[in-house]
Amino acid sequence: MSERTGEHRHAITLTVNGVLREAAVPARRLLSDCLRHDLGLTGTHVGCEHGVCGACTVLLDGEPVRSCLTFAVTVDGHEITTVEGLAERGELSPVQRAFSECHGLQCGFCTPGFLCTVTAFLRDNRTPTDEEVLEAVSGNLCRCTGYQNIIKAVHRAAEIQAEESG
Amino acid sequence: MKPPPFDYHRPAGLGEALQALAEAGSHGKVLAGGQSLIPLLNMRLAAPGHLVDINGLTELATISADASGVRVGALARHAAVERDGSARAVQPLLAQALALVAHPVIRNRGTVVGSLVHADPSAEMPAVLALLGGSVRLARLGGERDVHARDFFVGPLESACLPGEMAVSAFFPALPERSGTAFCEVARRHGDYAVAGVAAAVTLDEDFRIIAARVACVSVGPVPVVVDVTGVCGQRPPASVDWDEVARAVQDRIEPEGDIHATAGYRRHLTGVLVTRALRGAAQDAARSGANDAGEGRA
Ligand SMILES: Cc1cc2nc3c(=O)[nH]c(=O)nc-3n(C[C@H](O)[C@H](O)[C@H](O)COP(=O)(O)OP(=O)(O)OC[C@H]3O[C@@H](n4cnc5c(N)ncnc54)[C@H](O)[C@@H]3O)c2cc1C
Ligand code: FES
Ligand code: FES
Repeated sequence: MSERTGEHRHAITLTVNGVLREAAVPARRLLSDCLRHDLGLTGTHVGCEHGVCGACTVLLDGEPVRSCLTFAVTVDGHEITTVEGLAERGELSPVQRAFSECHGLQCGFCTPGFLCTVTAFLRDNRTPTDEEVLEAVSGNLCRCTGYQNIIKAVHRAAEIQAEESG
Repeated sequence: MKPPPFDYHRPAGLGEALQALAEAGSHGKVLAGGQSLIPLLNMRLAAPGHLVDINGLTELATISADASGVRVGALARHAAVERDGSARAVQPLLAQALALVAHPVIRNRGTVVGSLVHADPSAEMPAVLALLGGSVRLARLGGERDVHARDFFVGPLESACLPGEMAVSAFFPALPERSGTAFCEVARRHGDYAVAGVAAAVTLDEDFRIIAARVACVSVGPVPVVVDVTGVCGQRPPASVDWDEVARAVQDRIEPEGDIHATAGYRRHLTGVLVTRALRGAAQDAARSGANDAGEGRA
């Protein structure tokens, strides 16, 4: 597109999942598109592009944000973690294992967003209440699961996390 | 959809930002958290020629609280203000309202000042600023002005911030002693914009009778609707106030419109219910804070 419109491209450097990545992007490139198209990381999904569904959620310097509501140029020089970066040394993270164990996913479209959101949530709150879990995932939509197993998975992930650190 | 093209400016300091805004004039827009602007761009409802990205201006990521109130800088994110202990102590309504603004993930990026400039009549923070009688500080190349909340909200999605101007901070005044606040709203889902919502502030005298009571209503007019109900409450203890009469007094002052989410009549009804709920909550809060002050005085 920008090749055709002759738009100015900005050279940016992002640390994505611990790896330094460079890209030349027009200013209007959404971070979601930069990750998927420029960097080939298609784990981050795009549902609505107006902040409502949460599928595109990634971690920016450790905090969950909507990648569809962030320009890639704005986060030049920052650290991004996508769903591809959650597994540790080839082993699924506690949150990923809990989602798999509790059937917290069906088609998997919403899952990358849930995983990133929940990973940051359980890092900051290791023993969440039911209320807190509901609030934490309230910004992510899932058309398949009916949410009950997702809620179970979050609690299970907290358990796994506690078992493994204790 | 994808945003239309624009010229991108990433100033290294405030002066440079104001210069870029001055040059861009009516074609320029500030990019703060992007949580309202980028959806508009993605949906192609806005197509500014120039965006001035203030995310690098970390000197604007400030929150300072003293006895007079809380000043929030243009790059202070909703989440940071919500978590700030001193802001919460001086003006608890900030955190009470922010818990209702969108979802935690949106609050990680969105800014309080951006929310004020965006001036959505359904948004919580404009109602908070209006209720407290706060102000917004607008800077332009070679000048600065403070605009009172009363004059800042001009219409739906329209604030007093002119082309070439940037909002650098907003000030949320503290309330006198024995005051309390509450924010109550009804939304289709938690985190959605409110179908109706009410922010309330109540101040009690030494005998715990109401000496000041105000509400600000969202989603029922082009701008937040502030109504002073001190007279209707009539210097009585909260338990003997005729809350139905207070609710009616507010309902007479609002001009709700119907849309796909709610009819005008339903919004009017909800506002009445929420006025009572918020004012009672604020009065309880005021009584608690009065009791605590008295306790500290004795100790
Ligand atoms: C799914 C979703 C749900 C939401 N729900 C709510 C909700 O329930 N309640 C609510 O209040 N908000 C809600 N929001 C909006 C959110 O609070 C935004 O963060 C806020 O409205 C705008 O702040 P921002 O920093 O993101 O501004 P931006 O999106 O960057 O900017 C918004 C507008 O303000 C202008 N602007 C921003 N900062 C300045 C400045 N310093 N000086 C001059 N102009 C400026 C921009 O040019 C633009 O016109 C929601 C957003 C999403 C995506
Ligand atoms: S694609 Fe970003 S929130 Fe839906
Ligand atoms: S698993 Fe299909 S949308 Fe959530």
